[in-house]
Amino acid sequence: MDSSLHSEFTLQCPIPISEYPNVLLAHGGGGKLMHTLISKMFSTAFTNDILLQEHDSAQIELPVSKIAFTTDSYVVKPLFFPGSDIGALAVNGTVNDLAMSGAKPLYLSLGLIIEEGFAMEDLWRVVQSISMAAKAAGVKIATGDTKVVDKGKGDGIFVNTSGVGVIEHNLKISPKSIQPGDVIILNGDLGRHGIAIMAEREGLEFEHKILSDCAPLNGIVKEIIDAGINVHCLRDLTRGGLSSTLNELVQTAGIEITIDETSVPVHEDVQGACEILGFDPMYVANEGKFIAIVPAADAEKCLNIMLAHGYGKESAIIGSVSDGEAIVKLKSRIGTMRILDMLSGEQLPRIC
Amino acid sequence: MLKGRRKSANQNLITISTLDSRLRGDIKWNKLKFIDEYRDKEASLKYSSLINDITTKKWNIMEVCGGQTHSIVKFGIDELLPEGVNLIHGPGCPVCVTSLELIDKSIEIASRENVIFCSFGDMLRVPGSKKDLLQVKAEGGDVRMMYSPLDALKIARENPDKEVVFFAVGFETTAPANAMAVYQAKAQGLKNFSILVSHVLVPPAMEAILSSKSNLVQGFLAAGHVCAVMGYNEYFPLAEKYKVPIVVTGFEPLDILQGIYMCIKQLEEGRHEVENQYARVVNREGNQSAMNIVSTVFKVGTRKWRGIGEIPDSGLVLQDDYIDYDASLKFGLAEMTVEEPKECISGIILQGLKKPHECEAFGKICTPEHPLGATMVSNEGACAAYYRYRKV
Repeated sequence: MDSSLHSEFTLQCPIPISEYPNVLLAHGGGGKLMHTLISKMFSTAFTNDILLQEHDSAQIELPVSKIAFTTDSYVVKPLFFPGSDIGALAVNGTVNDLAMSGAKPLYLSLGLIIEEGFAMEDLWRVVQSISMAAKAAGVKIATGDTKVVDKGKGDGIFVNTSGVGVIEHNLKISPKSIQPGDVIILNGDLGRHGIAIMAEREGLEFEHKILSDCAPLNGIVKEIIDAGINVHCLRDLTRGGLSSTLNELVQTAGIEITIDETSVPVHEDVQGACEILGFDPMYVANEGKFIAIVPAADAEKCLNIMLAHGYGKESAIIGSVSDGEAIVKLKSRIGTMRILDMLSGEQLPRIC
Repeated sequence: MLKGRRKSANQNLITISTLDSRLRGDIKWNKLKFIDEYRDKEASLKYSSLINDITTKKWNIMEVCGGQTHSIVKFGIDELLPEGVNLIHGPGCPVCVTSLELIDKSIEIASRENVIFCSFGDMLRVPGSKKDLLQVKAEGGDVRMMYSPLDALKIARENPDKEVVFFAVGFETTAPANAMAVYQAKAQGLKNFSILVSHVLVPPAMEAILSSKSNLVQGFLAAGHVCAVMGYNEYFPLAEKYKVPIVVTGFEPLDILQGIYMCIKQLEEGRHEVENQYARVVNREGNQSAMNIVSTVFKVGTRKWRGIGEIPDSGLVLQDDYIDYDASLKFGLAEMTVEEPKECISGIILQGLKKPHECEAFGKICTPEHPLGATMVSNEGACAAYYRYRKV
């Protein structure tokens, strides 16, 4: 998230602390307190033409008939971490899922499950963050819901977002479209989100703070598609990292992928943190990284478009697709070949 | 250096397990340097060709530590060796060698009311006779993953009405931090803290392998991190008695290749000496303060190894002065015994008599998702490493 966006939003929490320093069960109870919360906080943050309809459901007219629709829930702990927070994550995560089908994200729903006693100031921080991330990604919050659960029955706040986007291209962006000979392009360095979270949880401090890479990817994807690149597949690299994503793809598409370890960008600080914590950056989560799988003929053009974009400055061609077994091979740093397997179990608990 | 698996090349490595969480926030971590240098392709290939040049016979070399096994398969180091050089993956993964009995004890304790059970992460998935610790957590047990036993101590201070138990697993590498936790607990008068001791020692395990009639091992790469704590004085009598070269070796590809080179050179020249490849971290005398705290809190005792059985004087147990901190006694489980299952051949794997893929269960009924034995669970376990990186 662009830090300049943070500075323009310096409003005080619209529900004065003196009144309600903490969220009460009644804030989700449908009565007066809930209406105060909606009118003072949510409407202030999310106001738009659709919310102003004030119906039980949002009514939307779409310009095309083909849409993408997705949902995701966010339970990250800690809620606020270097570089981002649960609010921006909940927007960008769903925006990115839409973008990976080449859709233009337009509307999000927002479900908040808040634990009784949650600090009102923190709720406001989350709401502001959602509002700013939605603006940055160019999406509207079209509908929402708030529930408050008993103290001890939640973990501060859980956020669910669903998203609707329109598909305006005729490409078949899907794992099944991947062909032998295709090239795999990654939009930057790996592992920053997972390590930012882990450092916060473990109280590790680095010379320079490692910030989450949480970012909306719809802009960069739009540029790739608008340039006429024959995109075969797009995938964002969230939980399980690059390795798990590639393994999912080979299993779905029945192709073999070979990655060159030396071409995969990993920053020195993340690499160091991984060594200390016992992680492999190939498996660490990201929230602003994706791979584009394109025909070799389009690879250089696609790479250049990505390199020119703010969220692709360190883009690199990291591997290629071939006929073969449905496995991912890694050419190691010292030149030997091995399997890059899918992660078993969790490497980091609750990171998104 | 958590359970000996911080296989970094950094000389000034700060081990998380020795840091109190309160301290961590004050330390600015410098960039970890010298990672790529020890993973350099040209230098690796050069060592590979040097090894080829001096090798005239077939040799069986055991890398003792699971961290080394992990590096070997992760970087494909064995592919760079001459055909006759066979690497045998040793018993140096503490998760793998922790006896089923102790796992069952941990599950029994963690399942009790009023207990907060703390453990290093990869112990949570090790299967006991009926379930694992993660299952206990899912059933409502308070099971927590930690990086440091000192964090468990902090939890004990903050929860005086709960019993806080730390699963003290590991070789000589984790022993100092675990000893420090118990030492501090006593100094602070904490009565609600105890550890389930599962400490094992490397040299007795090496001797058990060497003295076995079926032994194949002709040379050792000793575990660098264990030696960083303990030094390597203990290895001289072993090398002499069994006529085996022992090379203290690090964890990066170049460390391991150099260690193999040094070991083969000795074998080819008919020598059996103790040499130190990992001199940038290890000195002969070891870390005196770490050894002091270990001997203050622990003494050497008999320990049961998973798949191998009891080895005399092969583990650490609490000194009499600290016996109140023994969770096994505190929870009345001292007499509990459990037999190992027959299907899993992890004992044979751990002794290097078979490779993981030679097991009938490997990759079929035994996978990292459904491990039959501990060697398939831990990252450092030979079976898991083979499964992850090789999938033969």
